[in-house]
Amino acid sequence: MEELVQHLTPILKEITGYIFPNEVELHWGILIVLYPYLTGLVAGAFILASLVKVFNVKELQPTYRIAMLTALAFLIVAPLPLLGHLGHPEKSYEIFLTPNTTSAMAMFGFVYAWYLMAVLLLEIWFDYRRDIILWASKEKGIKKWIHKIVSLFSKDISEKAIRFDKKSVKIVTIIGIPSAFLLHGYVGFIFGSIKANPWWSSVLMPIVFLFSAIVSGIALVLIIYMVVTPLRSKPIQMDCLDKLASYLFYVMIIDFSLEALDFIHRIYESEESIKILSELVSGKLFVSLVVIQLLMGMLIPLASIAATKIFKAPSELKKMVYFIAAILVEIGIFTTRWNIVIGGQLFSKSLRGLTVYKMTFFGLEGFLAAIGILILPFIILFILMRLLPPWEEARNP
Amino acid sequence: MEKKINEAEKKLERRNFLKKLAVISVAPIAFGFLGSGEKLMGLKKWALNNGYVPKDHKWGMGIDINKCIGCGRCADACKNENNVPREPFFFRTWVERYRIYDDGEVLVDSPNGSIDGFEVLSTKKKMERSFFVPKICNHCDNPPCVQVCPVGATFKSEDGVVLVDSDYCIGCRYCIQACPYGARFLHPVTRTAEKCTFCYQRITKDKLPVCVEVCPTQARVFGELNKKASPLVRFLRMNKIGILKPSLNTEPKVFYANLDMEVK
Repeated sequence: MEELVQHLTPILKEITGYIFPNEVELHWGILIVLYPYLTGLVAGAFILASLVKVFNVKELQPTYRIAMLTALAFLIVAPLPLLGHLGHPEKSYEIFLTPNTTSAMAMFGFVYAWYLMAVLLLEIWFDYRRDIILWASKEKGIKKWIHKIVSLFSKDISEKAIRFDKKSVKIVTIIGIPSAFLLHGYVGFIFGSIKANPWWSSVLMPIVFLFSAIVSGIALVLIIYMVVTPLRSKPIQMDCLDKLASYLFYVMIIDFSLEALDFIHRIYESEESIKILSELVSGKLFVSLVVIQLLMGMLIPLASIAATKIFKAPSELKKMVYFIAAILVEIGIFTTRWNIVIGGQLFSKSLRGLTVYKMTFFGLEGFLAAIGILILPFIILFILMRLLPPWEEARNP
Repeated sequence: MEKKINEAEKKLERRNFLKKLAVISVAPIAFGFLGSGEKLMGLKKWALNNGYVPKDHKWGMGIDINKCIGCGRCADACKNENNVPREPFFFRTWVERYRIYDDGEVLVDSPNGSIDGFEVLSTKKKMERSFFVPKICNHCDNPPCVQVCPVGATFKSEDGVVLVDSDYCIGCRYCIQACPYGARFLHPVTRTAEKCTFCYQRITKDKLPVCVEVCPTQARVFGELNKKASPLVRFLRMNKIGILKPSLNTEPKVFYANLDMEVK
């Protein structure tokens, strides 16, 4: 309590205009920024992986398993920021036991469980089953047992069983695509359905969330592929990379158009909230929205990828451009989440004033915890890659 | 023949396995929809034991802006009655001062929710009009906070009062985000959502909410909405009435007389 009061008291001096007294405490902080960012990466990586299975994009084959494992690693971490921010994390199971059916948030547990159990784990299991059984048969000691357990002690690798596996992967992927849309579209709905908040309340919100999620997922898989492949001293396949960059480019165009539409629509309708929102965008959000999200995270990557296409840049240059563009995109999408979550709380619902967000360094909802949560999926991904090598040559002939 | 049986067995095995998989993935979802109705029962039992029958009432409040003098006694008394932390970041009710100048500038403030009173102003600008507005949870008939609560910890009681069950509240703060009026806060000690209850502990015992009781000018009127003889119904009959943010369709049960267009 004293800590909170010490944290809030200096904020009183930085408020401009009038905000309701209960609004001095900003309720959703950095952890709630992380949550849509992480689930977005999950949905994006999964949708990229589905392109291989459903639409038969052969060039992307080398990234299929990487994308699946990436989605899993990030999905495992996704609930952590939510738990960390709850006033009573020990009561979080109530969401499962007595969910309020009118609450978008109550659906979290079910959407999450469905996506983890019925989509991701199932698809990975069917896709890897044959390889795991073969690995287990050649290995010794603890690794053999881990693989045996992971394969759920199945042993059948007859042609028929393999055919069944392949069919299952396809079916799960087809179910998985709408599920991935659901997983992230629903996160957008959590914000978009709040009529009290004019910055959030928009029917476009779930769709904008979805496309920005696909953008961030493709960029992440591109980065991981470009970092991991040289580390294994293998050549990066240029056709795969080109394809990834092309998809990134196209989806970014859609994402950009949607955000532009939202922006134009707001200005054109010019509702009651327009004054305070313009003040917000031209003031406290200018750097994170206009400079980082729009210029660095969207326009520069778009222009640079377009330039490599137009001028037919040599491979080495293309690699560098793609890599830098993907990193800028990741930063850009992170600030997109920031601008939505934090930006939506910087103005008062009295529409008369602005407040500030002060992140703490230590503590459950502080900067360090956020960094930890961001690093954790990469550690999990490293372990997953050790247990279930996603490389082509690891597949048994 | 043997081969066929074997194959059939395998098929059956596979089918059983898939069945089990389906059951395991659906079970937690099905389980969830069983128990949410029970929460209201606890409150109802408590109220009935006290001889109070919630469904016989429908509570609301009237606030006459012309009568409010901004003394802040309501906000102060509320904090005492309901153990609201004294720090200036947590309020169940507060009073705002509006100053509208002839050049169109509007200044609003509510230092410490009005508890310490308001500073006297010295400005050369000409004042067009000025007034005080007490704010409180609107106990919406269509409450967005109740709609979004993931565990059903906040609910509309049968008497129309919007309450929070702190035993169920997980502190996710979604209700705080959903309230258009800034009427909710997270209690820093219990870490659960808090709001005005119309002093539920008092109104169930035939007493007035404490903010109504201490108001020296009777700017606040509390009462039944469905009973003709109630002072609130008289208030609604005698005044031109406004509500806050009508476009959001929250259907507030706090009604303002002499509401100004600048109040949001």
